[in-house]
Amino acid sequence: MSASLTAANTLRTTRILSVKTENPTTKTFTLKDKLCAKAKPGQFLMLWIPRVDEIPLSIMNAEDNQVSVTVKAVGEATKTLHKLKSGEIVGLRGPFGNSFTENHGRILMVGGGTGTAPLLFLAKKLSAKAKRLALVIGAKTKSELLFLTQLDALCTKQNTIAATEDGSYGLKCLATEPIEKLLNKEKFDMVYACGPEPMIREVFDLAEKRGIALEASLERLMRCGIGLCGSCVIGKYRVCRDGPVFTAAQLREVKDELGISKLGFDGNRIPL
Amino acid sequence: MRVVVNSFKRSFISVKRDTLTPLKAKEKTRLNSSPLSISLAGLQLRNPTALASGILGYSAMSLQSIAEGGAGAVVTKSVGLTPRIGYPNPTVVQAKCGLINAMGLPNPGIDEYVHEIRHAKAVLTVPLIVSVYGFSAEEYAKTAQKAAEADADAVELNVSCPHVKETGSEIGQNPQTLAKVVKKVKAAVHKPVIVKLSPNVTDIIELAEAASEAGADALTAINTVRAMAIDVETAQPILSNKRGGLSGPALKPIALRCVYDLYEKVKTPIIGCGGITDWRDAVEFLLAGASAIQIGTAIALQDPAVFNAINRGINAYLKRKKLGSVKDIVGLSHRS
Repeated sequence: MSASLTAANTLRTTRILSVKTENPTTKTFTLKDKLCAKAKPGQFLMLWIPRVDEIPLSIMNAEDNQVSVTVKAVGEATKTLHKLKSGEIVGLRGPFGNSFTENHGRILMVGGGTGTAPLLFLAKKLSAKAKRLALVIGAKTKSELLFLTQLDALCTKQNTIAATEDGSYGLKCLATEPIEKLLNKEKFDMVYACGPEPMIREVFDLAEKRGIALEASLERLMRCGIGLCGSCVIGKYRVCRDGPVFTAAQLREVKDELGISKLGFDGNRIPL
Repeated sequence: MRVVVNSFKRSFISVKRDTLTPLKAKEKTRLNSSPLSISLAGLQLRNPTALASGILGYSAMSLQSIAEGGAGAVVTKSVGLTPRIGYPNPTVVQAKCGLINAMGLPNPGIDEYVHEIRHAKAVLTVPLIVSVYGFSAEEYAKTAQKAAEADADAVELNVSCPHVKETGSEIGQNPQTLAKVVKKVKAAVHKPVIVKLSPNVTDIIELAEAASEAGADALTAINTVRAMAIDVETAQPILSNKRGGLSGPALKPIALRCVYDLYEKVKTPIIGCGGITDWRDAVEFLLAGASAIQIGTAIALQDPAVFNAINRGINAYLKRKKLGSVKDIVGLSHRS
C-alpha cells in the first residue's frame, strides 16, 4: 500500500504556529504536523480551510515536526487563508506526490513566482553537496522575487540572476533569456524548474535542445490529491500521484499539453 | 438457479494439495489470453476486470493508462447533457476503511465529451463504456444516444450517484422512474445498456427487476453508500457537500451481499463493484454471481497496475482449481 494513503494520512486538523509576510501578496504559514515534517522537496500537501476549500500547496520547508507552505493570495481560498492568524485551525493531508532527485553535480535552478518555494527547500538540501548551484529567478516585479536573499545565500557565489518583467530589479526580461545565455556558456548536469507552466515549457525546450537533464514541478487543478479523480491529469500522468515532479523524458510524452492546456473544473480542456 | 457443471465442482471440494505441471511457452500464452476472457452483454472482454466510473476517466490518455494497467474494459466518468463544474473541495475525505466522495458529477457535457470518446476509441483496444446521467429520462436518452453515436461500445446509466439532487440515486431509488429511464435509453441506442444500481434502497432486487424488465443488458452493483465525515475540532462536516458516498474496502461485504442476492433473483448479468482491492475480493464477487467486476478506489492504493495483479491472481486461482475459464466460477457459491 502506498505510504500516501495509510490510515495515518487522513485529514487532520492542526493549529497554525506562525505566519510570516514574505511580500505584499505572499505569506508563509508554518503548521505543526509530524507526517508532513518528513516531506521531501517537491512534495505537496492538501490544506483545508474549514468552510471554504481544500487546496494543494507545495511544501517550502519541513523539519522538527513542522511544515511550512508559502501562499500567494489569488482566489477565495488563499485570500481567506491570508486572514488566518497563528493559533487558528486548518486541516491537512499529505505529504503527497514524488520529490526532486538530489543531484550533486552542476545544478541550475529556475524559479518563477511562488515556484521558488520548493526550490528553496531543495537548495537547502543541495547547497553543501552540489559541485555548483546556480539560480535564475523571475517575477513580474521586485517585490515578488520570492526568497531571493535566502536562495542567493545558498547558491555558489555570484550565481544568482534575477529578472523582472518591469525591470524593477535585476534584468528587465523574462527568466528564459538569461537561462539561454547561461546554458550556452556552461555545462550543467541538471536543471530544476518550478514556476508558471509557460516558463517551464520554455526551459524544457532549451534543455531538450542541449540534451540536459531536467526535473520540473507542475501544477494543475487538483481535487482528491491521491490519484483518483482525474482532475490533474496531463497526458497519461496524474500530477498529484505520478508527479508533481516530472523528468524531461516524461515531459516529452506530454508535449502537446505542456505549457498549452489543462483541465478545468468541468474536465474540459482550457488554455493555460 | 443457474447450473454449475459438475466436474468443476469437484476441484473445489477436493482438499488435496494442488499439483501443477509446467506448461510449454505456447500453451502458457494461450492460457494467459483465454481463461480470463468473457463476453458480457454483447461485449468481448479480455478479462473480467473493468475501471469503475468516476475514477480518472476524463481523458482518453487516462483511460488508456488504465487499459495498459490491465483492465478488460473502462468506464468513463459520468457525463450529462450540459457541463458541470462539480462541488468545491473537499470532495474526497479518507475514512478508516475507505473514501467518502462528493465530486458533484463534474463533466464537460456530452457535446464536448464526444471528442474525447472518439479519441479514446482511436487509442483503446478494450471496450469503452460511457457513463451517463441526466435530470430526466429524456436527458439520459439524449446523452446516451450522443455517446453511442460517438462510437462508445456501451453506456452505463448512473442512476445511483448519492450526492446530486434530482438525478442519480433519486432516479435509481424508484422502480417506476428507473424503468422509464432504461426504456427511453434502450429505445434511443442500439448498444448495450448497463444500469448501475444504488445500495441506498430497502430492496435492491425490486430495482434490479425493474431495470431488467425495462431492457437493461447488465447490472452494475453497487454504487457508493451514503456517508459523511465531521471534523471534531471545528465541528464541521468535512465534505463541502456535507454528504457523500463511501467507497473502498468498507463497502465490499455490502456489495458482495447485493451481488449474491441479485444472482438468485435476476437473470441479467451482474458486474460486481465495491471495495475490490485484490484477486481474492474479485474471486469472491465472481463466486457470488458477478460475471465481471469493476475497480475504483483500489487505484488510489495500488495504481492502475492493480488490474494486472488481480488478473494474475484470478488466473493462478483458476489453474490451482484446474478450471479452464473464469466463466466457470460465476455464481459457484450458490451451489447447494
